Amino acid sequence: MSIVIRNVRPYGEDAVDLVVKHGVIIDIVPAGTGTANAEYRFDGEVVLPGLVDLHTHLREPGREDAETIRSGTQAAALGGFTCVHAMANTEPVADTAGDVELVWRKGAEAGYCDVRPVGAVTAGLRGERLAELGAMADSAAQVRVFSDDGKCVSDALLMRRALEYVKAFDGVVAQHSQEPRLTDGAQMNEGAMSARLGLAGWPAVAEEAIIARDVLLAEHVGSRLHVCHLSTAGSVEIIRWAKARGIDVTAEATPHHLALTEDLVATYDPVFKVNPPLRTEADVEALRAALADGTIDIVATDHAPHPREAKDCEWAAAAMGMLGLETALSVVIETMVDTGRLTWREVAERMSTAPARIGRVADQGRPIAVGEPANLCIVDPRTDWVVDPARLASRSRNTPFAARTMRGRVVATFLRGQATVLNGVLQ
Amino acid sequence: MRHLLSTADLTRDDALLILDTAAELARISDRPMKKLPTLRGRTVVNLFFEDSTRTRISFEAAAKRLSADVINFSAKGSSVSKGESLKDTALTLQAMGADAVVIRHGASGAPHRLANAGWIESTVINAGDGTHEHPTQALLDAFTLRRHLRDGEGDLTGVRVTIVGDVLHSRVARSNVLLLHTLGADVTLCAPPTLLPVGVDTWPCTVSYDLDAAIADADAVMMLRVQLERMNAAYFPSAAEYSRRYGLDAQRMATLAPHTIVMHPGPMNRGMEIAADVADSERSVIVEQVSNGVSVRMAVMYLLLGGAESGIGGIA
Repeated sequence: MSIVIRNVRPYGEDAVDLVVKHGVIIDIVPAGTGTANAEYRFDGEVVLPGLVDLHTHLREPGREDAETIRSGTQAAALGGFTCVHAMANTEPVADTAGDVELVWRKGAEAGYCDVRPVGAVTAGLRGERLAELGAMADSAAQVRVFSDDGKCVSDALLMRRALEYVKAFDGVVAQHSQEPRLTDGAQMNEGAMSARLGLAGWPAVAEEAIIARDVLLAEHVGSRLHVCHLSTAGSVEIIRWAKARGIDVTAEATPHHLALTEDLVATYDPVFKVNPPLRTEADVEALRAALADGTIDIVATDHAPHPREAKDCEWAAAAMGMLGLETALSVVIETMVDTGRLTWREVAERMSTAPARIGRVADQGRPIAVGEPANLCIVDPRTDWVVDPARLASRSRNTPFAARTMRGRVVATFLRGQATVLNGVLQ
Repeated sequence: MRHLLSTADLTRDDALLILDTAAELARISDRPMKKLPTLRGRTVVNLFFEDSTRTRISFEAAAKRLSADVINFSAKGSSVSKGESLKDTALTLQAMGADAVVIRHGASGAPHRLANAGWIESTVINAGDGTHEHPTQALLDAFTLRRHLRDGEGDLTGVRVTIVGDVLHSRVARSNVLLLHTLGADVTLCAPPTLLPVGVDTWPCTVSYDLDAAIADADAVMMLRVQLERMNAAYFPSAAEYSRRYGLDAQRMATLAPHTIVMHPGPMNRGMEIAADVADSERSVIVEQVSNGVSVRMAVMYLLLGGAESGIGGIA
């Protein structure tokens, strides 16, 4: 059985029909000329390779009240994603082959997008000894990304060993860069705003010092390093320097760090509490510029669902984190595409090709071309929509974009030729 | 204005109205019959998540002198200590018909949250939140300054106030810098650099690390409480060193101008930031600050709870 995906514009270029059979693109022909057993009609919307998220918290096992693998992958599909990397800070922590296989299998059963488990770097995220990285790499889940995300691998020796060890199976350590002693009790970005609001500061140097150390370690042992949720202008400078030096480092920025500033903390509404914290206007601008010039390689959501009570409280008592999967592409369109800073091909690179490459996911992030898997995200970049937290597919409601008008709507998502989303509705 | 959350929300006229009202109410407090019927039938809840006997009884005395019904809700020994959330506590108070909630909380912004999260409709008065603000303390300090240095009238234009100590963790300092600046005073903060927040350079005041220089031409010196446990977090090496460099002792007091007053929001660490000789001296207005506190809190409740037809104008 073949299908034709009619009248879509790959990377925003000329309109075509995509003919798909057995999950693979078998022909690309001028719009209106493709033939197949069934068709999906579109209206000249942009088609991108299915988006790949390198940084997703699906919360299962352990916190199914906040999110499940099923609800989280549904949110992902609605956001245009065909693959997500599930972070390891679950309960129990994903630090053994059995744990990561469970997540991988449940993702496959849900079927909304591919779930690639991230393995913990250290056992129990305790930062004391390495988890069984090789066993996770060799498991059915084929883990290639390792992270203690939520916590920093702050011990320099342990970080060095992790970077070295994962070379054996082409893995990468994705570091949550946060010097713990400099951020004890930290609540928000440290600066004029934290001084005024009386909230304990999370200084930029606590991120930058770890990144600087880690790129030097990666250079020394010849490993690759991935920097999670980079948030400061100073971090951008360090990554730029490291890349110029030939160090094998990649970096991600989150949609919220591209769109929002610490000014929102003045509301004391914990929906804006996140780690690393929202920074200044100058940091936001530096991140956008770095994403445009490739210093920052990818956008990753750091989708972090939390139950309502974790945010419906005073600032200091609230959990850190924001939803991201269903709003990520809209944020990128508004901040990067509409401003002329990224072309659609570059959006595909930052949100699909590069994250798949960093995660070593062979059949994701592939170009829209004959012979390639039909993992596709079809987006109407000219339609606005308003975020209603109650209507999100995520089990949680902690979006920082509630009631905001967002740019661009995902109309359809295809996973190996199967529609997971059509007309903006989950299939 | 419905709430008093931060002195940043007060214009000069708002602040002067509070101070003038407080002065009026202070005169009544000197009468044998201290009570006014203004808030009869209104309920004021003192919601204290932190122990602060002096602030609580000050608010309690103020509310009672205005004939309000006062409920003291202390976190210790209540459902709060069993883990009840701020939201559920707020909903409970709402259900009981609180007209005003006076809140003291360890988390910065908790009063702001209480006022704006949609949990309750009551007036919210910030009685100290974390390391953020303590607006009524600043108002009573301004009241005291005005009484001693400006004959109890007008604003504080040209008055030089030096605030000394743990500014980083001080809600009193934050509220005072904003309010005293609004009233025209020249504020200097003096502390070891470790106890000043990053970003203090954006505040409307001068910053000094040298106590002797900072108090040389001050009209008032306000000493802040310094907690000894700060030593453990490497803010300063020892109590003795802190005291030598940033404590106000008799020797330093002798260098002050004859008219200069010494203030402290209490509770004091005698022998640490302030010597007993200073605390008990003629210059000390520390005890008077306490009685002024009652008048100022009466004024705030009077104005916020509709004692005056106009209220405190101009603020949402």
